[in-house]
Amino acid sequence: MAVPQLLVHDEKDNVGVVVVEGLSAGTDMLCVITHDNSDFRLTAKEDIPIGHKVALKDMKAGDTVYKYGEDIGKMIADVAKGHHVHTQNCKTKRW
Amino acid sequence: MAYDASNLTVQAYRRENGRVGVRNHVLILPVDDISNAACEAVANNVKGTLAIPHAYGRLQFGEDLELHFRTMIGTGANPNVAAVVVIGIEPGWTKIIADGIRETGKPVAEFSIEQNGDFETIRAAGWKAKEFVHWATELQKEECPLTDLWVSTKCGESDTTTGLSSCPTVGNMYDKLIPNGLYGCFGETSEITGAEHICEKRAATPEAAEAFKALFKAYSEDVIFAHQTDDLSDSQPTKGNILGGLTTIEEKALGNLEKIGRECTYIDAMGPAVAPTKGPGLYFMDTSSAAAECVTLMAAAGYVIHTFPTGQGNVVGNPIVPVIKISGNPRTLRTMAEHIDVDVTGVLTREMTIDQAGDSLIDMIRRTANGRHTAAEALGHREFSMTKLYRSA
Repeated sequence: MAVPQLLVHDEKDNVGVVVVEGLSAGTDMLCVITHDNSDFRLTAKEDIPIGHKVALKDMKAGDTVYKYGEDIGKMIADVAKGHHVHTQNCKTKRW
Repeated sequence: MAYDASNLTVQAYRRENGRVGVRNHVLILPVDDISNAACEAVANNVKGTLAIPHAYGRLQFGEDLELHFRTMIGTGANPNVAAVVVIGIEPGWTKIIADGIRETGKPVAEFSIEQNGDFETIRAAGWKAKEFVHWATELQKEECPLTDLWVSTKCGESDTTTGLSSCPTVGNMYDKLIPNGLYGCFGETSEITGAEHICEKRAATPEAAEAFKALFKAYSEDVIFAHQTDDLSDSQPTKGNILGGLTTIEEKALGNLEKIGRECTYIDAMGPAVAPTKGPGLYFMDTSSAAAECVTLMAAAGYVIHTFPTGQGNVVGNPIVPVIKISGNPRTLRTMAEHIDVDVTGVLTREMTIDQAGDSLIDMIRRTANGRHTAAEALGHREFSMTKLYRSA
């Protein structure tokens, strides 16, 4: 199998993780769901650092973010599919 | 098919109390901060000894004092330690710690500084330390089952790659070895926030679940909520975690819990530095998520090897316990490879399965027990950090 640029834990997730260095905007990413080894493709809309998350679909402020098939927090700003999800638009529901 | 570890053995030290150690330290243990200088002088004079200076041990009281004694006694009692010289400012607390370590049956000698001064203490303690070094260096290793080792875990400078690769590597190791009789330990109480519901479900019994819930609630209320001045967004996740792509504590917690695998259940939840009492299996320990504090507490509970997944590259070590670093982050392997013992970057490129990664960690545990120095040992990382519960009197 080709080396993926993005890994997703669970099919329920709406974010994935960039696992290569130097990912640039416009890259047609091979994305693999680790839970069942299925794959799909997604275009990165920004340069996104290794380890950082990408939106797998359009999301609105207030939407719950899912990773590992679990609730990891909420969006605090809208984000479009293929864009970076991090502290600028996503926040804990705790503390 | 169930994993069979019955043929896996290591060459290690069988101690007087039957426990197995993988190092053979002669420890020079200060009871308190003001005895550090004498301990370091003895360790300088007598080669093959190790002093572990620390910041506390005076005017402590109540639960905080009990934790201090438990950490000191547990560190000396750890099977990686062959013999101990204890030095304190006065004889009372010095004797409490020395007697606690003596229960293991290992050689212990104690010295106090008042009425003697540093010079006389260093002279007398030096003679005893030299005698212990001659004795310890003649001890022979013997063949022991790999699963007689007690192996703890805690991750550090986590990022999103730890939850994908290095933490499930540790989980796979526990899934394989714990049913074969290994003692395991995980902790990091604040770092379970957001995954408490999953952690509760992984208790082996309702009593273990209740014990975990009580510790988690107390930590949240007495430590986090009592002292927070903001939403902890810059502390948990840490700045390093955030640089690595982790956004929320829930996300960090879910990655953290990957370390206990798919099938393991914990049989008890215990306080900091408390030795497990319910036989082989996985234990939860109430600890801080700060690396050196957590590893120090697990070492004091008797764990002899520590497995440490890292994403961004935590460099922590411990004076008496080998800390095995596992990383799957290719940038960390490129920029700070000298700190990493087990490279699992292949999990991210899909060239290595978690099962294979777990096997490579088991192999590194075996090699470390047989004597291979870990990266942290080779680089001189000996962080010994006492946990302090509140201000001294």
